[in-house]
Amino acid sequence: MASVRSDENIELMTYSEVMDVSGYVGNFKVKIRRKPRYVDESKCTGCGVCQEKCPFKADNEFDVGMGQRKAIYTPFPQAVPNVPVIDRDVCAYFLKGKCRACEKFCEANAIDFEQTESFVEVDVGSIIITTGFDSFDPSVITQYGYGRYDNVYTGLQFERMSNASGPTGGKLQLKDGSQPKSVAILHCVGSRDINYHEYCSRVCCMYSLKFSHIIGEKIPDAEIYQLYIDLRCFGKGYEEFYNRLQEEGVNFVRGRAAEVTDLSENANEEGKLIVLCEDTLIGRQRRIPVDMVVLSTGLEPRADAGETAKMFSLSRSADGFLLEKHPKLDPVATTTDGIFVAGCCQGPKDIPDTVAQASAAAARVLSMISKGEVEIEAATSVVDEEICSGCKTCIELCPYGAITFDEEKGVASINEALCKGCGTCAAACPSGAIVSKHFTTEQILAQIEGVLV
Amino acid sequence: MNFEPNIVGFFCNWCSYAGADLAGTSRAKYEPSLRIIRVMCSGRVNESLILKAFAAGADGVLVCGCHPGDCHYLKGNLSARRRIAGLKPLLEAVGIGSDRIRLEWISASEGPKVPETVKSFTSEIKKLGPSPLNGRHNGS
Repeated sequence: MASVRSDENIELMTYSEVMDVSGYVGNFKVKIRRKPRYVDESKCTGCGVCQEKCPFKADNEFDVGMGQRKAIYTPFPQAVPNVPVIDRDVCAYFLKGKCRACEKFCEANAIDFEQTESFVEVDVGSIIITTGFDSFDPSVITQYGYGRYDNVYTGLQFERMSNASGPTGGKLQLKDGSQPKSVAILHCVGSRDINYHEYCSRVCCMYSLKFSHIIGEKIPDAEIYQLYIDLRCFGKGYEEFYNRLQEEGVNFVRGRAAEVTDLSENANEEGKLIVLCEDTLIGRQRRIPVDMVVLSTGLEPRADAGETAKMFSLSRSADGFLLEKHPKLDPVATTTDGIFVAGCCQGPKDIPDTVAQASAAAARVLSMISKGEVEIEAATSVVDEEICSGCKTCIELCPYGAITFDEEKGVASINEALCKGCGTCAAACPSGAIVSKHFTTEQILAQIEGVLV
Repeated sequence: MNFEPNIVGFFCNWCSYAGADLAGTSRAKYEPSLRIIRVMCSGRVNESLILKAFAAGADGVLVCGCHPGDCHYLKGNLSARRRIAGLKPLLEAVGIGSDRIRLEWISASEGPKVPETVKSFTSEIKKLGPSPLNGRHNGS
């Protein structure tokens, strides 16, 4: 991110949202809403005094609700640009009109409560969509007790907990502050499940294995259980990592967990969370008492993926992710020329695959730029001026405004750069003056004759 | 005599044809009654093409496009919907019957919907019998 920001050919717009997209390949117009930060980016030095002095707190989204942040905050430690933002819903000045502590302590005079949202319109030739994913919310799977039991965590929460800059400073601990002696990691939470998402989220197996390794490093005598359906260690070096963990003594239990409960049946289970499952390798039901449960939550499409698809006129596949042009032959482009996708907005994938897809998308865009011109659709429509009666029926119908009326000649004319070749005008033309190239009436009629032989 | 209907399908390139493609790559099977003609958009299909298909002896015509709001060309499918709604009374009046034309929305991800649609439309056409204009079957 930092090198992107410092590149003079790249303009980075953070805290901004695309509102509207119009135009076509080579000539997109994108309307962007720049939300007010209430901090002047050009003055702020990123010293962080405002965040120290701010007296109001809220749950930290980046730590998945486990830690707290101030009303003026940077979303995470390495955020680019390193400029804080004021949360209007928490800031006392916006709620009650008093405080302004940050303004008082800011030496750079960067705080500006008068900022308002602004809109900018940019002209771009191509667009790469990398809107990412949402993490599955496991509280809907009530039998796993997420949100009900203190020591049931999601994968993302565990990730933050194990991070040195996280809410516990990298210490693995239970809600009461003590160290867990045993941890169960439940795979496929929300994925490979006909009740939630049928697809495999692809990353959970490997991050679950990574968690076992981290636990083993931080708490060497901890008992670690992995409850899996299949372990999908598909990438380079992944299977070797799995083998290494087996040697490290992680307990692999083949079977999806049925339930997490705190109802103990003997002294051994007292005060613990008990994971119920069927171990399908030994063909027996098991009760596994542990201190901590980590749910390997899957990935799902962003909540607003539908709106994104509509805005860029893209399709979505049955699972809700953005649809690529071709699953095998063109997994980077979309059905809209000049718009590319990369990363998890197109489907769950891990970091190497995301980097590969994003590089491919960037290369595709670069090749278009260096060529300097784009090939337009060959199957456009043309008007036969001899036949056109000038009724203007087609003008209304064209969704791209490609048809204009030539007042001088009294006929319609089609801008071939704007025409996408849908043929709606050709179908509607009452005098048959519009020819949809490659899909002419004669060609289609010949096909009809052909298929009915 | 066993009646095997001939159905002409107009499938839009972006949703329905891609859906049929998906049905194919997932090795789904559908009745041999349907012969698909690819058009860029269901909006390309007009009354004259449909009537010509019937005149050429089709027992049914199936027009498939993107779901409303998903059209690759924004609103071509709505034109198709309007045209077919307007054509039905005419088909009824000339004796072909309005049930011989069907419009379906099939998206690129709805592979299984293609065989389902073909199956249900074929069985409907089988019930209706050969089209009065089906020269091959009527032996004229």
